[in-house]
Amino acid sequence: MKKLRGVLGTGALLMAGAAMAQVEDMPGGPRVNQLNLHEGVTQIAQDVAWLHWMIMIICLVIFVGVFGVMFYSIAMHRKSRGAVPAKFHEHVGIEIAWTVIPFIIIIAMALPATKLMVAMKDTSNADLTVKVTGYQWKWGYEYVDGPAQGVQFLSNLATPRAQIEGTEPRSNTYLMEVDKPLVVPVDKKVRIVLTSTDVIHSWMVPEFGVKQDAMPGFLRDTWFRAEKVGTYRGQCAELCGKDHAFMPIVVNVVSQADYEKWSAEQQKVLASAADDPNKKYTSQELVTRGQQVYTANCVACHQANGKGLPGTFPALDANEKFVLAPMKDQILTVLNGHPGTAMAAFRDQLNDVEIASVVTYTRNAWSNAGKGPDPVVQPADVKALR
Amino acid sequence: MSSVTADHVPAIQGHEDHHHKPHGWRRWLFATNHKDIGTMYLIFSFCMLLEGGVLALLLRTELFSPGLQFFRPELFNQFTTMHGLIMIFGAIMPAFVGFANWMIPLQIGASDMAFARMNNFSFWLLPIGAILFTVSFFMPGGANAAGWTMYAPLSLQMGPGMDFNIFAVHILGASSIMGAINIIVTVLNMRAPGMTLMKMPMFCWTWLITAYLLLAIMPVLAAAVTMLLTDRHFGTAFFNAAAGGDPVLYQHVFWFFGHPEVYVMILPAFGIISQVVPAFARKRLFGYASMVYATAAIAILSFLVWAHHMFATGMPITGQLYFMYATMLISIPTGVKVFNWVATMWRGSLTFETPMLFAVGFIFVFVIGGFTGLIVAVAPIDIQVHDTYYVIAHFHYVMVAGSLFGMYAGAYYWLPKWTGRMYDEKLGKLHFWSSMISFNITFFPMHFLGLAGMPRRYADYAAQFTDFNVIATIGAFWFGISQLIFLYLAVRAWTGHGEPAAAKSWEGAEGLEWTVPSPAPFHTFVTPPVVK
Repeated sequence: MKKLRGVLGTGALLMAGAAMAQVEDMPGGPRVNQLNLHEGVTQIAQDVAWLHWMIMIICLVIFVGVFGVMFYSIAMHRKSRGAVPAKFHEHVGIEIAWTVIPFIIIIAMALPATKLMVAMKDTSNADLTVKVTGYQWKWGYEYVDGPAQGVQFLSNLATPRAQIEGTEPRSNTYLMEVDKPLVVPVDKKVRIVLTSTDVIHSWMVPEFGVKQDAMPGFLRDTWFRAEKVGTYRGQCAELCGKDHAFMPIVVNVVSQADYEKWSAEQQKVLASAADDPNKKYTSQELVTRGQQVYTANCVACHQANGKGLPGTFPALDANEKFVLAPMKDQILTVLNGHPGTAMAAFRDQLNDVEIASVVTYTRNAWSNAGKGPDPVVQPADVKALR
Repeated sequence: MSSVTADHVPAIQGHEDHHHKPHGWRRWLFATNHKDIGTMYLIFSFCMLLEGGVLALLLRTELFSPGLQFFRPELFNQFTTMHGLIMIFGAIMPAFVGFANWMIPLQIGASDMAFARMNNFSFWLLPIGAILFTVSFFMPGGANAAGWTMYAPLSLQMGPGMDFNIFAVHILGASSIMGAINIIVTVLNMRAPGMTLMKMPMFCWTWLITAYLLLAIMPVLAAAVTMLLTDRHFGTAFFNAAAGGDPVLYQHVFWFFGHPEVYVMILPAFGIISQVVPAFARKRLFGYASMVYATAAIAILSFLVWAHHMFATGMPITGQLYFMYATMLISIPTGVKVFNWVATMWRGSLTFETPMLFAVGFIFVFVIGGFTGLIVAVAPIDIQVHDTYYVIAHFHYVMVAGSLFGMYAGAYYWLPKWTGRMYDEKLGKLHFWSSMISFNITFFPMHFLGLAGMPRRYADYAAQFTDFNVIATIGAFWFGISQLIFLYLAVRAWTGHGEPAAAKSWEGAEGLEWTVPSPAPFHTFVTPPVVK
């Protein structure tokens, strides 16, 4: 099996080589073989790029100076050229000079850096606040104020598994595309308030000059004011476990009018899609819905075939302890997580209908169908255990 | 008391005949001779360099093209983590202790290290730590995959491999502390008559300061990982916000260890370079006193800058600014050292044998790493490049081109003293040029990747990053294979092949170590030399 995967991998390499020519710059993401920082669509990102240029040029000048002297010495003061070693070995004046001059240069670098740092940290007077939550391994967005207040959704990687495995050609936005992007208005100061439910994640969008860790149990904030309509992309920047590379960030910057239109649509969807926790659903309804919930939340660890990953993530298929047992323990585990493992508490992420659906799904999927007790779990059962 | 000491004098002198020297495996297992222990340290660390290097090549293999070809991401994360831990705690730190064991007694005219049996113990702890690291791959759930920094709460999710990891760090930390005590006591108490502190070779000075750093920081690391252990198993909540803890606390404690640790890994290399450059310039080290002060200044500053690793955690503005200023200050004493090396070469009589090539190469690439260090010290820029490949490029320029090239300079310089044989100069030069070129092919493109925003510790990446990753992978394999040249040269000299080396193997070499024959006899300086 391993060997077969190796062979397939080599094949994929060749395909990747052939496909390489077709890769184009990613809009809002990295350019092909980009050499320097993104130009930036916020004042902050542009200032960072400028500061980087300034310091890099100063460093290059010093570099050329120091190594000019060294390589001159290497060329001219060779024994093979008959060089006789000089006797000098100290000079207080020159030691003071090459301590004081760098100190002055550093102050010259620190002044603009200080100004910029203060600006980056100033999250006051925001026009719009969005709460961003890091999950293993996706982002959640919630609009705290403005026309979209109350709108919340999860943003998952949209790249199909087949592209990652290399069986399908890779799109231009490979690994940096999501099912539901964050939408914000142009030219407005957007304050991002971050937290996490499990481990530390980091929300990074290079075009905005923004990178801020999301700390479980704490709130941190940052801000940006995008000056150009467009789609901007980033990725999680703090190691957060196995799918660290697969939780990108996509932000759609739209005009104020488009933003208001989008907000109204979202509010409508929010009103109509409200799940009714008191309704009794049929088994088929729950299984269909449950499969969607499973794909969005569980599949990364427990796998599409329910077999998990031995030693790391337990199997749900033929799982006698929870799935093929009375429903109570399974519901409680989904609600509260399993401390000390990657199994998260889903009580705040999923509503009663979603939890009932996904539990029902696992009890009817794979080889589990028709085996254990409680094949159908209703939202009311979940509600009772909350 | 004094009469007791006097009674023992004949016995000590009797030591010089070789009848007491144990043979076979006992010579190594029960070793108390600083040269034997030094040799074991060096062999051990080279083995770990190869293990860590193989892990790095596995990483580069996966990253040769976008997509997941060879390793699942959870395994990939184990490779990144263990590559870092093994290189730091298994390769770089023990290698420098090996140099210290061999060279400090020879350089200060001491007969051995101060605590010979503790020296034995601190070495034999290392293989235990290495075994714990290595077998953790075969634990359920695999090895630690939370990164060498082991940030909570991710490290709290790991399987038993993490516990192995914690114990390994404890053990290796204990070994480092014992090694540091030994070095401090040896340097302070056992110098030959007339060898004042300010006459000591720079290598001894840098190690003395490094040893103090180790004493101060290894207990801090032990505390950090012990808190992880109790959070994992004994119900404490140091890093669990839900129970009143704080994950950022871990980072503060860890980096209070972690930043001085960087200097633990580079200061001894500075010392080696300060020995090699004057030897091949045939001219005294320029600004000896300022070199000592600069080393001390770097060491003191290194305790005051730790949170520059945490600019993205969301510290208050005052914290961001303080740590930015303090970090930028470190470039001043570091610059002083570079200027002094260049001034030492200036109007010398230069030759370029392999040690000198590695020393000059060290200065050149280390300064690149130093400049990128200054750039990431600037907090607003760091916000853009933090946790990207820019940081990977930066610290490999200081750790590989810095520490490792420094060690190669020292290894070629002292190999004749250790083995009594000269290495093959042509192959040595080939090793240098091959390493130097392939190192830059591997790591220079990573600057571009990082600036363009490719995050580190990623098993897969956007297709726009492909070309530079391909180049880096090719460079990495070339670099890895190049190191086998050194293995060949070292083994050849150790097994007694090659031209016999003179007591003073290099024309411009100065110092007590060159007054004893090559190879250095089992016991040296039983009667202390007198230094004018």
